[in-house]
Amino acid sequence: MPFGQGRSGGRGRGSDKKDKEKQQGQRRPMFRRRKVCKFCADKIDDINYKDVKLLGPFVPERGKILPRRISGTCAMHQRKLQTAIKRARQLALIPYVTD
Amino acid sequence: MSDRQYELVYILPPETSEQQAGDLHEQIAGIVSRMNGTIEKSENWGRRKLAYEIGHFKEGVYVLEVINGSGELMKELDRRLKVIDEVVRHLIVRVDEEKKVVERTRTKRQSESERRRVKRGLPPQRQPGEGRSMETDDLDDDRFDGMEV
Repeated sequence: MPFGQGRSGGRGRGSDKKDKEKQQGQRRPMFRRRKVCKFCADKIDDINYKDVKLLGPFVPERGKILPRRISGTCAMHQRKLQTAIKRARQLALIPYVTD
Repeated sequence: MSDRQYELVYILPPETSEQQAGDLHEQIAGIVSRMNGTIEKSENWGRRKLAYEIGHFKEGVYVLEVINGSGELMKELDRRLKVIDEVVRHLIVRVDEEKKVVERTRTKRQSESERRRVKRGLPPQRQPGEGRSMETDDLDDDRFDGMEV
């Protein structure tokens, strides 16, 4: 009897643990910090192609424009950022690609 | 009618002397004045490294001109700049409308904040030492400021 109890208890505990893990996984997904549009927060109205310092963080090493889902920029500012970066590229202020 | 404002940026080879840059500026000024435009501002950024090679150049001298004038003027200027060999690259952008929008949002924001402050019984302008200081580190904590995956 104690043997069986022990066994069933063991099983129970095992499944319990599994459940717990699953629950925790659902309750707390990956921690993500809240993203705020930099231009809205800092009240930058003018996204200028001449301001390389401002555009710099949005053009990672590879040279591609950082997507909105990563930078958290709002749609309006991403659009302005896009034109500014493309203009800066024409003037060789920012690279098109870097390998 | 022709009250538009344009920005012209052009790149010259790195070995260009002040003299040559001045000559080119004069040439542009000539075209602008001939077609009833005015140069509002002229700025030489000096030598800069190019982000990528253009031809065989790795560096260039950047010059910015802010020009008031008509579209025809800029069209002519664009055509001329394409022909001039010393100009490695140039870009013309119309800026007056953008400027107006920026100005409008700025004044709107200011008047709005003043209105709200008056409503709260405060003086319309922000007083020194009032509210959260802008230097606090945690303020820009959740703001994007670089690489992040």
